[in-house]
Amino acid sequence: MDRTTIDLWVGMFVALGVAALLGLAMKVGNLTSSKIGDTYTVSAAFENIGGLKPNAPVKSAGVVVGRVADISFDTKKYEAIVKINIDERYAFPTDTFANIYTAGLLGEQYIGLEAGGEEDILKNGDKITQTQDAVVLEKMISQFLYNKASETNTDKKASDTKADASAADTKSTDSKSTELGDAPF
Amino acid sequence: MIKSNLFKLFSGIGHRMIGRIWRLGAGARLFFLTIIYSGESFRRFHLTLREVYFTGVMSLLIIIVSAFFVGMVLALQGYNTLQKYGSSEAIGVLVALSLVRELGPVVTALLFAGRAGTAITAEIGLMKTTEQLSAMEMMAVNPIARVVAPRFWAGVIAMPILAALFSMVGVLGGYLVAVPLIGVDDGAFWSQMQANVDFREDVVNGVIKSLVFGVACTMIALFEGFDAPPTAEGVSHATTRTVVISSLTVLALDFVLTSFMLDV
Repeated sequence: MDRTTIDLWVGMFVALGVAALLGLAMKVGNLTSSKIGDTYTVSAAFENIGGLKPNAPVKSAGVVVGRVADISFDTKKYEAIVKINIDERYAFPTDTFANIYTAGLLGEQYIGLEAGGEEDILKNGDKITQTQDAVVLEKMISQFLYNKASETNTDKKASDTKADASAADTKSTDSKSTELGDAPF
Repeated sequence: MIKSNLFKLFSGIGHRMIGRIWRLGAGARLFFLTIIYSGESFRRFHLTLREVYFTGVMSLLIIIVSAFFVGMVLALQGYNTLQKYGSSEAIGVLVALSLVRELGPVVTALLFAGRAGTAITAEIGLMKTTEQLSAMEMMAVNPIARVVAPRFWAGVIAMPILAALFSMVGVLGGYLVAVPLIGVDDGAFWSQMQANVDFREDVVNGVIKSLVFGVACTMIALFEGFDAPPTAEGVSHATTRTVVISSLTVLALDFVLTSFMLDV
């Protein structure tokens, strides 16, 4: 085949490849959408950040206003320090409340900002003082079980004092019943 | 009797192992020689361009068609499972991530080994059988610089381009099935995809993978051709080995690269 024809085909081939890469970057990837212009950085301390990761969205009223820039650990207070980049177009008062929420039931975690009523606004390098930790599922479950267990204990005590006469009967039924309902046997 | 059989077994295993290791060493030597002598393939770039045409441009059709079908199947299968959990909008993420991270580079490399790798092996093996390589040496032309290096660089250039095309066409195929055919929301398809596919983490890592696969596949094909016994049977065995070894190498390398790229 002629050399110029080959060059033409190879040129088209390379152009196609570049176009595909551009398409991947712009249409599939986040090269365009992740740009949030100029930002200012504020930090917030959490006792527990759960599964929060760098680059997680920061939302206010559901709108993405920034991204998590950096997560570090403070060895003096044993807290997590989260640095947040917020878009310069959005100003927040100094008494803004920062929560860690979960998108959906088991989705990724993000930071939700709730504006307060203060006149002064947050500036670069400021610190958000009011924070609420991530909800840890295990903690919730153990708390729930603990509450349930204490409830059944008080029930048991009440029934013990009431039914001293037919002691043998109630004791056998009590030991079998759990918070999940009576045992089938 | 048993003793001699056992001895034969162990000596057979040892012989095969030594053969493998010898081939690995010879392949590595050819790789370094190719790098050293690749100056000419850039000075006379039309040699490399010719090979890009034969390995890259001629593979376009098989890559595009299979990418289209892979994307469509991914969307169908993904939708089937995702709609059980009520999150069929995540189909775009599923299709894009699996294509960009894994299927794009890997399937392209497998197809490349079958389409272009075999051609390289057969061509060089036949060149050796018909003593064209020896004739070049007689004319003081280095066959590694003249034959091997341009093909090597052509493969390294062509593979990332083909893989990027595969991913893009696959996403388009997935889009065709998910949006017009199944009826997933158009905006959710693209926006969820853009929210979850990171350019540096996913797209660039996919390109790096395909570059590594390009080096591995082309080098294996070249070495098998260069090493083929100069008979019809030898060339045919070498061609078979190219496909088998390339495929296994690509899959094993994929695991290694992925374990480096994903910080678990």
